[in-house]
Amino acid sequence: MSALTTTWVQICGVDDIAEDTGVCALVGTYQVAVFRVSGVGELFALSNLDPFSETYVMSRGIVGSAGDIVKVSSPMYKHGFDLRTGKSLDDPSVCIPTFRVREESGRVFVAVPQSVCASVERSEVDA
Amino acid sequence: MSTRKTVVIAGNGMVGHKVIESFLARTDATEWEVVVFGEEPRFAYDRVGLSSFFAGSSEQDLSLVVDGAYDGVDVHLGDAVASIDRAAKKLTSANGFTVAYDALVLATGSFPFVPPVPGHDLPGCFVYRTIDDLIAIRDYAKGRRVGAVVGGGLLGLEAANALRELGLDTHVVEFAPRLMPLQIDEVGGNVLRTRVEQLGVAIHTAMQTSSLRAGDDGAVAAMQFGDGTELDVDLVVFSAGIRPRDQLAREAGLDVGERGGIVVDESCRTSDPSIFAVGECAFIAGRIWGLVAPGYDMARVAVDQILGGDKTFVGADLSTKLKLMGIDVASFGDAFATSEGAQPITFHDPVAKVYKRVVMNADGSLVLGGILVGDASAYSLLTQMARGDMPTPSNPEQLIFPASTGNNEAGAIGVGALSATATVCSCNSVTKQAICSAIVENGLTDVASIKSLTRAGTTCGGCVPLLTELLKDELRKSGVDVRNDLCEHFAYSRQELFDIVRIQRITSFSTLLSSHGKGWGCEICKPAVASMLASLNGEYILEGERAGLQDTNDRFLANMQKDGTYSVVPRVPGGEITPDQLIAIGNVAKEFGLYTKITGGQRIDLFGARVDQLPAIWVKLIDAGMESGHAYGKALRTIKSCVGSTWCRYGVQDSTSLAIKLELRYRGLRSPHKLKSAVSGCARECAEAQSKDFGIIATERGWNLYVGGNGGMRPQHALLLAEDLGEEELIRIIDRYLMFYIRTADRLERTARWLNKLEGGIDYLRRVVIDDALGICDELEAEMARVVDAYECEWTATVNDPERVSRFKTFVNDTRPDPSVVFITERSQIRPAQSHEKARPLELMELSELSELSESR
Repeated sequence: MSALTTTWVQICGVDDIAEDTGVCALVGTYQVAVFRVSGVGELFALSNLDPFSETYVMSRGIVGSAGDIVKVSSPMYKHGFDLRTGKSLDDPSVCIPTFRVREESGRVFVAVPQSVCASVERSEVDA
Repeated sequence: MSTRKTVVIAGNGMVGHKVIESFLARTDATEWEVVVFGEEPRFAYDRVGLSSFFAGSSEQDLSLVVDGAYDGVDVHLGDAVASIDRAAKKLTSANGFTVAYDALVLATGSFPFVPPVPGHDLPGCFVYRTIDDLIAIRDYAKGRRVGAVVGGGLLGLEAANALRELGLDTHVVEFAPRLMPLQIDEVGGNVLRTRVEQLGVAIHTAMQTSSLRAGDDGAVAAMQFGDGTELDVDLVVFSAGIRPRDQLAREAGLDVGERGGIVVDESCRTSDPSIFAVGECAFIAGRIWGLVAPGYDMARVAVDQILGGDKTFVGADLSTKLKLMGIDVASFGDAFATSEGAQPITFHDPVAKVYKRVVMNADGSLVLGGILVGDASAYSLLTQMARGDMPTPSNPEQLIFPASTGNNEAGAIGVGALSATATVCSCNSVTKQAICSAIVENGLTDVASIKSLTRAGTTCGGCVPLLTELLKDELRKSGVDVRNDLCEHFAYSRQELFDIVRIQRITSFSTLLSSHGKGWGCEICKPAVASMLASLNGEYILEGERAGLQDTNDRFLANMQKDGTYSVVPRVPGGEITPDQLIAIGNVAKEFGLYTKITGGQRIDLFGARVDQLPAIWVKLIDAGMESGHAYGKALRTIKSCVGSTWCRYGVQDSTSLAIKLELRYRGLRSPHKLKSAVSGCARECAEAQSKDFGIIATERGWNLYVGGNGGMRPQHALLLAEDLGEEELIRIIDRYLMFYIRTADRLERTARWLNKLEGGIDYLRRVVIDDALGICDELEAEMARVVDAYECEWTATVNDPERVSRFKTFVNDTRPDPSVVFITERSQIRPAQSHEKARPLELMELSELSELSESR
């Protein structure tokens, strides 16, 4: 349904992300924040850009929950975002782009638009 | 191409610019060609902010047109529309261009009225309207001494401020008996006058300028007044009102008003249906509107009408609020109480030079208007009420009367004492009144709802603790049982949780969450519990799961700045530093290209470090014998000191040595909020100890201990806890005081607010930590001793462990620096690039595409 094709890019080992924290990966021109949430047992990937402060800091936020929502709070001004949807918990009109993310044999992969990958080394790309 | 239509805008002032902006913003305007003629040689600029030109703003700062904003517009600057051939629907410019139009918008603005007194055109006489006028005034003022402004209205005072900025002795001559006669009444005018005079500007009211006299050089040298007196001047600026520029319209045979102005109907159409007039050249709804906001409304109306819409202009709010020479002046609604039955309530403080007048209707149920001089903080609230956007309270006088200051003893200064009009959130200018009304009327019970309803606390978050207190205060008033839960994950207050952790010897967040909480935690409870664990155990704060609990500052042991980089502060105990340490800090700053600044706490802050640079920076600092300054932690920051009896002629004790000793004792101590301290060597108090969480002042016989002081947002003097203490006793009492605070304070509650809330205040505190009324002093001392013994420099512990160092990465998969971090050099050092100085983030541009992408997940 989307006009954009995506490619899975390997970014790090799952152990490179400490439990209940995030890391940031540079994929072409994108900064992707990837979080590991132990209680949920899942990985989440969002743009690293905090739209409120316009700084690339999301990966350094604290993860947690608000009701049933698994969230991350930006370290800049503590705005919360739903880790599954990227939706702001403070302002319904704001949403951070999310990326698909998966773990395979201890490695973490994120799906990014094909165009972004033009500049990514071939070896990192797992088609 | 023949299907395209042309709209011509005559004039590129603020309103002409708004016409273009509105046109370009409309998606239904694509078949229109936009042509603009502007008489001035530059793009539209902020005429309202003109006086800032002399205060250092550049032409560029004032410009309203950013690069690319006029893309696709046919722009003619330095060329005015000279004539209109209505029959042929063509116009000709001064430079000879002929353009056929389908619609024409006249936005020719106004010109300053110069009274036709003899000598008004002498060299040295100016008007105050354009940047060129300002440049001419500036050039002429060089080497001259005295300037006078004719006209004491809003613009006249602006002009006077400009002359003052140029260093001239400034006079204002006003024909009316008071300043700003159109906006404010006599008492307000007098208060304004006193304040303006205080700034060194001479005011002459009820004074008519009869002629200007030339000197030997032929330029203006003196003003002569109706009463026969004279004033020697070198320069005169006329600012006696404006007149609409309607000449072009007159010559084209359009209807103009009796006293000038192009007559238009409510759709901004002139007597020719394809010609519109907007802004100060237009006569609409019975008058000329000399303010920019109504002009902008007209611009939008004209554009909408041209594109076939039905917007109309039916008049506008003439409320004004401005800062003239730093003085608040506001006037709104029926300021002069002219409506039937209107009754003013006034507050006048001649000492503070504040005048407030609010005009109520006959039964006092509605605010009709008002005047504020010297303090316009109530403006937004009052105008909201006048517009009916907010209910008028039953006792409206409280809006203008300052809150009673109360006594300064602890306990007296709760949020209840805060005046209703006090601004709680300065980012979004939200007052206490607005917040409390929101709470009461909507039955709010949490801070998140206050934030989303009032916008308070949504920008920098600095006022969130205050919002919490206001909420509790309101709930308490309405009889609701106020819970003091830390957050949704723990149904305990911070104090209760601290006791649980302490008594049950809990050592991890996950244990506490599974035994006493629910959910996965959040940015409130995680750092709060991490802080408790550190206060009680003093272990490395980034060990294992603790890393994920910490706020970014603690997580990376540095202070995050607005661009996502960090600053580094090495500890400088007592502010004493050796030349070698200074050189070492300088070398590190040079090597890593960091911005350096001296802090208020007698330390040096190094800015602009990326996460991945932090360990390398600290290896060098540690090599030079420095250690972490904990500037990033809710922990002891710094203990300032003066040089004391060692150097100072007046010092009575060695304050520096004591400050160093105390700082080394309490360094790294985690607490509910940051802790600041100072030691002064005599009663002159050069170290400002009485503004600190704990401050020590030397006496002939020992040391006086002050507690609960605060600078910052809500300054408060510290209170004397104990007098003439020996050093050992002093340290014992500070140990107990700090630990008692750590045990019992709320999260992010400084000692000042904690002490204000503490039932029984300073007397109770004295009973606990000196008389040991609760029998806990031994415990408190033992807890402090454990933390003091466990101290290690967090940075040394980090750089000595490669596993810990490996967490300090910008990118997990790349060693390149963050491309979004851009610095600009200013005064020989770096500073973060502002958003207009760097490329716009890709994600913000492509948001819709990316959201689409994520839907396929």
